[in-house]
Parts: sequence; structure tokens; C-alpha cells
Amino acid sequence: MTVATASAATDQEGTGIETRELCLWYGDFQALRSVTLSIRRGLITSLIGPSGCGKTTLLRCFNRVNERYGYVRTTGEIRIHGKNIYDPDVSLVELRKSIGMVFQRPNPLPLSIYENVVFGLRIHRPRSELGKTKLDEAVERALGEVGLWHALKDRLKSPATELQLEQQQKLCIARLIPTEPEVILMDEPCSALDVEGTRAIEELMWSLRGRYTIVIVTHNMAQARRASDESIFMLLGEIVEHRRTEDLFLNPRDQRTAEYVEGRYG
Amino acid sequence: MNLPPAPVAGTRPLSVSTGSPRGPRRSRAAVLGESVLEWVIRLCGISAILFVFGIFFFVLREGVGFLFGGLKLGEFFFSTEWYPTSLSNVRYGVLALIVGTFSVTGLAMLIAVPFGLGAAIFVSEFCSDRWREGLKILIELLAAIPSVVWGFIGISVMNPLIQEVFHVPVGLNVLNGALLLALMSVPIMVSIGEDALKAVPDSFREASLAMGATRWQTVRRVLLPAAKNGLLAAILLGVGRAVGETMAVLMATGHAVNIPKSPFDPVRTLTATIAAELGEASVGSPHYQVLFIIGILLFTITFAVNLVADLVVKGTAKG
Repeated sequence: MTVATASAATDQEGTGIETRELCLWYGDFQALRSVTLSIRRGLITSLIGPSGCGKTTLLRCFNRVNERYGYVRTTGEIRIHGKNIYDPDVSLVELRKSIGMVFQRPNPLPLSIYENVVFGLRIHRPRSELGKTKLDEAVERALGEVGLWHALKDRLKSPATELQLEQQQKLCIARLIPTEPEVILMDEPCSALDVEGTRAIEELMWSLRGRYTIVIVTHNMAQARRASDESIFMLLGEIVEHRRTEDLFLNPRDQRTAEYVEGRYG
Repeated sequence: MNLPPAPVAGTRPLSVSTGSPRGPRRSRAAVLGESVLEWVIRLCGISAILFVFGIFFFVLREGVGFLFGGLKLGEFFFSTEWYPTSLSNVRYGVLALIVGTFSVTGLAMLIAVPFGLGAAIFVSEFCSDRWREGLKILIELLAAIPSVVWGFIGISVMNPLIQEVFHVPVGLNVLNGALLLALMSVPIMVSIGEDALKAVPDSFREASLAMGATRWQTVRRVLLPAAKNGLLAAILLGVGRAVGETMAVLMATGHAVNIPKSPFDPVRTLTATIAAELGEASVGSPHYQVLFIIGILLFTITFAVNLVADLVVKGTAKG
């Protein structure tokens, strides 16, 4: 597969995700209008905008999970580390392996904590490669990276769906780590969490920054401001403004951005 | 167990009050009508319990005299000698009938479970919407075929087919009955199994697909574990259906009291025995009463299977 191998060529530019003239229709409704952008590698980029502006749709294009629904039509290009993910030779399985996703409601699988973390390895690696020690190491590393190892190491066999929401969401991030994704997409990952949980996830995002290209959709402008390097403001399926987060919030160029950031609508 | 649908409750005319109700007060007739209606509905709900206990009581009453006075339980359960009409030496051993019932049911389940669950998985997870509707209608149609028609198919289609394919002298045997029972219990497994899979939240599918799992990996690693209680209940209800089935097995299994040594041996089941002999036994005679005791046995088996299925489904709701 090519997503991984093509990445070396574009390393210097530091571009993680690039779209060109991306349009998307749900049936007759056009949800994305000629979206052209480039998201920098290794940084946290937030997508903001009022409900229905297409930010979640755009996020879900990056791993093509939109295509589950038969009535979605897409034109244009998305290049992730230089490779157009809509090329016919791209395998969805490999694409999704290298682009992890975290959902709005924590959705750990109805399996044990341990099995949740090794799920990616089990589906992507042949059984012969998965010795017990290897799986154990992967679990310790992944849970360690999200700060759950000490809390959960004694009950790895208990069902993941019984954890607190914050731990569930961290687990949903941890389960991406063993297959070594390059991009992590987050769709309002904190909207089901309380203040403490939100803080914990944001801290986790900062600790993952640099190793993964992180794109986060958020409704919460304060969160975008606290927890991202760059921000993209979207309205009615179009990109209005894409700049460093401080610049976008402190002196927006576009009138519409200024009004949204001030809270006049949304 | 399911309650039967409330019969006429909804169709009772409510508008007895033709007087002019002024102000906030309702006419006495309307208030009365409502409370009557409430009682009718309550009665419909309770009637299911009454029916179940009524049937159990009736069956028990017919058999209980002989059960505690005269029937040798050891012989009943452990002898294969079923000679209820012998003049010199009457023997009531139902072991062969019990083995007959379980051999036919067991083989039927070996055939029906993979088919039924496979069809449930296909209909729920792999099928396009248009196909799904068509398939569901067809599968439900399968459930609507009367069991005597199945028996007819057993005699006229399966019988020569089994003779020819397996080169056996008689085609009315365990295999024939099991094939029919399998076809009859597949629909219930498909519809309940599909419900169980549909009840798995979509977020699990999405999580799995977004990790790069294929649809089949998602089914095997996520949906089957998540829906396992519901699927087990589907199987058990299929078993209950098969144990209780009478007419098709009566016609297709050869009706010989016999412990089968291979799927090609004829057998006789508990249900078929009751159906075939009750009409000829004189009311109140020991033979008549023994048939009712077999009824109690059957009732107990299906009750246990249904109860387990119910408890298993409750387990789904909790976990």
C-alpha cells in the first residue's frame, strides 16, 4: 500500500492532509463546496463553525467513513502524505489503518479493555505474528501513552463499556496507537465529557502532538483556542479562513469569522 | 413467553356520551366507558396467564390420576417398550419416544443453526435495503406454510429424494423429519437473530470500520460477541418450535418406536404419539392418561426451553 510509502516524498513540506476542489453531496444536498486546504503535519488543527457547516462531513472524508451511506457522492482530491485517497488503487482497509478516528460519543467495542486495545493488531496482522508477549507490550505501551495503564492494569479483562466516559474516550484513543496511524481524526471528542474529562483529553492531545497529525472538530470555540495550533473556520460547506489559531481568534481577516468568533451567531 | 395480542379492546365504541358536556366536567358515561375499557384491556392482559395455567391444569388433571397411581416411573422413563394396547402385558416405556424427539430436533438444529444464523447475518449486515425487504417477506412466508403441507412435502418429495441420494430402502426417517423441522425453525431464527443484530448500536460498527476492519471482521469480532445473547435466544426458540412440532414429523419420520442408530432409521416422537393415539384411546383409560402424562412431559420441556430463552434475552437487556 501506498499511503505510508508515499509519505517520505512530502516530508519536507510538512503537509499532512491536502484537499483540492473537494465537493460532497448527500443525495441532492451539497455539504462541501470546493474545499481546498492543507493541514500541516504533526500539528493539531481544529475545524470550527456553526452546526451544519460541514466540518464533521469534511473530517469523515479523510478516512472515507462517509461512504458507508450509499447516497454520498464526492468529487475532487484528498491527498494524505501526498497520496490521493480517492485513487482506485487505495485500499480502504489500509487507509483506515493509517488514519485513526475518535468519535463524539466514546464507543469502545463491547469487548474487554485488553481486546479493545489489540483490536487493530488482530484485524491487520496475521495471527502468527501476534504472540502473547507482543500483544501485552502493545497494550502496556498504548495504555501508557494515554495515561490509563496504572488505573487499568489490574483489570484488563473487564468489559470496556463499564469504564467511566473519560476513560472510555482515552481508551478509544489508545486503541488507535498499536497500528501506528499517521493521522488521528477527532469528532468533538469532549462533547460527552465533563470539565475534568475535557481537560484530560486536551492534555492527552498535546502529549500526542508532533507524532500524529491531529484534526479535531469542535463546537467549543474556547477549546479550539486552547488546544490547537491552527484553526479552520467553515461556513455553509466552504472554508472561510484557515490560519494560526491565535491569529484567527485575535485578528480574523474575514468579517464572517470575526462575527462568529465574537459569538454573534452559531 | 409472548402474550397474545389484545383482541377487541380497541374497537369498543367509546362515544356513549351524546349529551352536551359543558365546562371542564366530563359526562358520567365517558368516565364510566373509560374505566370499563381499562378493565377489558386489563383482562386481555391477564388472560394469557389464565390460559397458560388453565391448559397446564387441564392436562395435569387428565393425567395425574395415573401418574400417582399405577404408572411405573422407572419403566416410563427408561424402557423402550411402548405397548399401550397389548392385551396380555401393557407396557408404557417412552424412552424411545424421548430419544426420537431429541434425535430429530438435534439433527434439525445442526442443519438449521448455521443456515438460520447465516441468513440473519446476511439480512442484517450484508444485504442492500431493497433485497432485505424482499428476503424478509420470503422468509416469513416460509413460516406461514402449514405443517401438514410440510409433512406432505416430506412424504412426496424428500422421501424419494433421500432414497435416491443415500441409497437407503426407506426415506421416512430421522433425516427427513430433521430437514423439515430445520426448514420450519429457520424463519424464527432469522427474524429473532436479525432483531438481535439490529439491536447492536451502530457506533460499534462505525468504530470497527473506522479501525479498518472489513465487514466480515466486524461481524465476527464485534457484532457476534455483542449480540450473542439474542442469537442464543433465537436458537432456543427454534429448538422450542422443533420440539413441539407434530404433524410434519408424524408424517415424515416413519412412525416406528425405535432408538435410531443412524439418521436413516425411522423413529417416533412424543408429539406424534399423542396425535396418532389419542383419538383411539378410550377416555379415562390408562392409555389415555399416559398420553396426557406425555403431554405434561412435553409441556415441561418446551416451558424450560422458552424460560431459558427468556432469561437469556433478559441477559441481553442488562449487559
